[in-house]
Amino acid sequence: MSAQAVLTVAAVLFSLGLYCVITRRNAVSILMGVELMLNAANINLVAFSNLSLGGQGPKVEGHMFVVFVVLLAAAEAAVALAIILSIFRRMGTVEADRMTSLKE
Amino acid sequence: MNEPLTVNYVWLIPFLPLCGAFVNGTVGWWLQKRFGRRPNGAIANAAVWGAFLISVQLFLTLRGLPPEQRALVNHLYSWIPVGQLDVALSFTVDPLSAVMILVVTGVGGLIHLYSIGYMAHDKSVWRYFAYLNLFTFAMLVLVLADNLLLMFVGWEGVGLCSYLLIGFWYQDVEKAKAGMKAFIVNRVGDFAFLAGMLLILWGAAGYWDDAGRYTMTGGTLSVDFRWLASATTYLQGKEVLGVSLITLACILFFIGATGKSAQLPLYVWLPDAMAGPTPVSALIHAATMVTAGVYMVARLNFLFALSPAALTVVSGVGAATALFAATIGFAQRDIKKVLAYSTVSQLGFMFIGVGVGAFTAGIFHLMTHAFFKACLFLCAGSVIHAMSGEQDALKMGGLAKKMPFTFWTFLVSTLAIAGIPGLAGFFSKDEILWKAFDTANPVVAWWPYLVWGMGATAALGTAFYMFRLVYLTFAGECRADEETKHHIHESPWTMTLPLVALASLAAVAGWLGPPGVFNLPNTFEHWLEPVFGGAARHITSRESGHGAEWGLMGLSVALAVAGILAARAVYAKNGAEAARRLSGRFPLIHQFVFNKYYVDEIYAALVVRPFMGLTRVLGWIDAHIVDGIVNLVGKVTAVFAMIDGWIDLYIVDGMVNLTAWIVIAVGRKAKTVQTGRLQDYLYVMAGGAVLMLVVSYMVERVFGGGR
Repeated sequence: MSAQAVLTVAAVLFSLGLYCVITRRNAVSILMGVELMLNAANINLVAFSNLSLGGQGPKVEGHMFVVFVVLLAAAEAAVALAIILSIFRRMGTVEADRMTSLKE
Repeated sequence: MNEPLTVNYVWLIPFLPLCGAFVNGTVGWWLQKRFGRRPNGAIANAAVWGAFLISVQLFLTLRGLPPEQRALVNHLYSWIPVGQLDVALSFTVDPLSAVMILVVTGVGGLIHLYSIGYMAHDKSVWRYFAYLNLFTFAMLVLVLADNLLLMFVGWEGVGLCSYLLIGFWYQDVEKAKAGMKAFIVNRVGDFAFLAGMLLILWGAAGYWDDAGRYTMTGGTLSVDFRWLASATTYLQGKEVLGVSLITLACILFFIGATGKSAQLPLYVWLPDAMAGPTPVSALIHAATMVTAGVYMVARLNFLFALSPAALTVVSGVGAATALFAATIGFAQRDIKKVLAYSTVSQLGFMFIGVGVGAFTAGIFHLMTHAFFKACLFLCAGSVIHAMSGEQDALKMGGLAKKMPFTFWTFLVSTLAIAGIPGLAGFFSKDEILWKAFDTANPVVAWWPYLVWGMGATAALGTAFYMFRLVYLTFAGECRADEETKHHIHESPWTMTLPLVALASLAAVAGWLGPPGVFNLPNTFEHWLEPVFGGAARHITSRESGHGAEWGLMGLSVALAVAGILAARAVYAKNGAEAARRLSGRFPLIHQFVFNKYYVDEIYAALVVRPFMGLTRVLGWIDAHIVDGIVNLVGKVTAVFAMIDGWIDLYIVDGMVNLTAWIVIAVGRKAKTVQTGRLQDYLYVMAGGAVLMLVVSYMVERVFGGGR
């Protein structure tokens, strides 16, 4: 499997995540878009890690990074969902463009 | 020439009255409110009597010196050092100024004492004493001054105080106007004085060559009297406009003296000056200030002696004034007016004296006149005080019994002024008349006869009108109404004591200078010899001899007695009736004389009214033309300002507003970019990132070929 194919998949995934973040109004959907973009980045990390750098064989630094990112993503999702939940309780909605109280 | 001795406390003499004036002038009103009128009078008296004691001390010091060294100088500091000119603030005590300071502080002190009683009912005594002390200060500066300019300072100072005191009761418009009249008439003379001083300085500072160009000579210049005396040689022979410079300067100085000493034609202010309190009339308008002109001529004796023409003018004006004022005295009813014209007349005598080069005689008469005329005025004040302010002699009469002190002192002084032998006025007046007769006049040969004749006639008139006054005031029945009559009383001791002192002096002071034929030591002449000795060399006697002197003396005594007898014949019984009868018989002459020959009216027509007309014209010019120009400028400015304001409002502000408006409009448009929605920002960010990728790819493709 060539690195190019893997990177293409990652790019597509990132674009979809970005599209999701930009277009969706539901905060939970936006969070899901963010997760997609994070995982696209993870695929890139693994892919570059797997590339043979100067014929020295595969390394595991990328894989380690990915594990940390997944971990942080889980924590981030927990915090974000908690915030969204509390917003919902307070304002009765999770629509991102309705949350304008800082603007006023 | 001897260098004069230095004495460093002469300045105290004028300084003490200045302190008195300062204290009364600043806290006097408070003292009067808090402690009554006593402290004001006490302070003023202490100041003057202190100055008197120092004067006596200096007089004794002077007497202890050999005659040719009798001059004490107190140089305080260099007042106006400018270029070659150096005017010092310094005081001199020489025999002449010693006489003057003794008269000013002595007679002045007695009048200060008298004022305590006289002003006892006035509501602003503090102001009165402050002015009186200030006057004493100025007068002492005048007589002690070492130079002409400092003398001029005192000269102006006494003029100011005279104005302030004539108008002391300024609520009365007539009195305030009398003060202004005195001030303005004096100003005419002061101008001439200043001009004379400048002329002398100009003449002494340089010379004219044949082409008429003026060149300054080097060396220091001064206006002090010793320097001027030594500069006369340099002044002699110089001419201005065809007249000898010395003569012109002397005549200018003399015009100054006619203003201050009330001589023709500037005497008009003195009778009006009687509006002031009577002690003021005694001090300023009889004893001291009005004699300043005589003092000034005597002080400048070294100049006047060199100009026979100027001396002729001086003696002529003096004689004319003596006679003229004496005739006005015949018809006056106001007791103070009679004394005022008498003062003018006596000042004329003094000018006859100095005008014939008999400076000693002039100063002698100045001194004796200070005694008897101050006494007469103070007696008049005492009478007016007793008569509750009445000044019309026709409404008096019979006061001799009720006011013995006043009557006897008045009588002694009247006899003195009339020229009865043994009393002071006889000696001084006779000395003047004798010198007027005996001194040769190189300009007009018959001048001595004319001057003597006018003087003798004036002396006759003096005896007549003075005794007319005595009879009207003190003899016969009292013509006052019952109310006034009830209040008549002798004055308190503060008022009678000065009367007695002055009358005693008026009686005996004459023996200081007895006539030459008496073969007695002439103390006064010896005393003034160091001052006038130099000038005396230029005066020539006609050597009329002792017989003539005895004869003239007898004649003047006879005239005096004749005047007294005539007055007695007319006024002794029922004086007021006689006065009315006389004026009824010669109504035209009486009206003419009573109205003082209409001189005031002539001056009003010739000088005052044209001047007022001129001021009105100038006022109109000022109000319409000058103000018109000013208003026009104002209006033009206002129009400019309006245009400027319009430009400011619409163009400048418009530009500012436009800028602001543009910023607001742009801001309003730009505001919409900031939606506050994160997704929009992210969208733009992503678009930007894509754009950058595309651009970098394109750049790689186009320019990357080189790699």
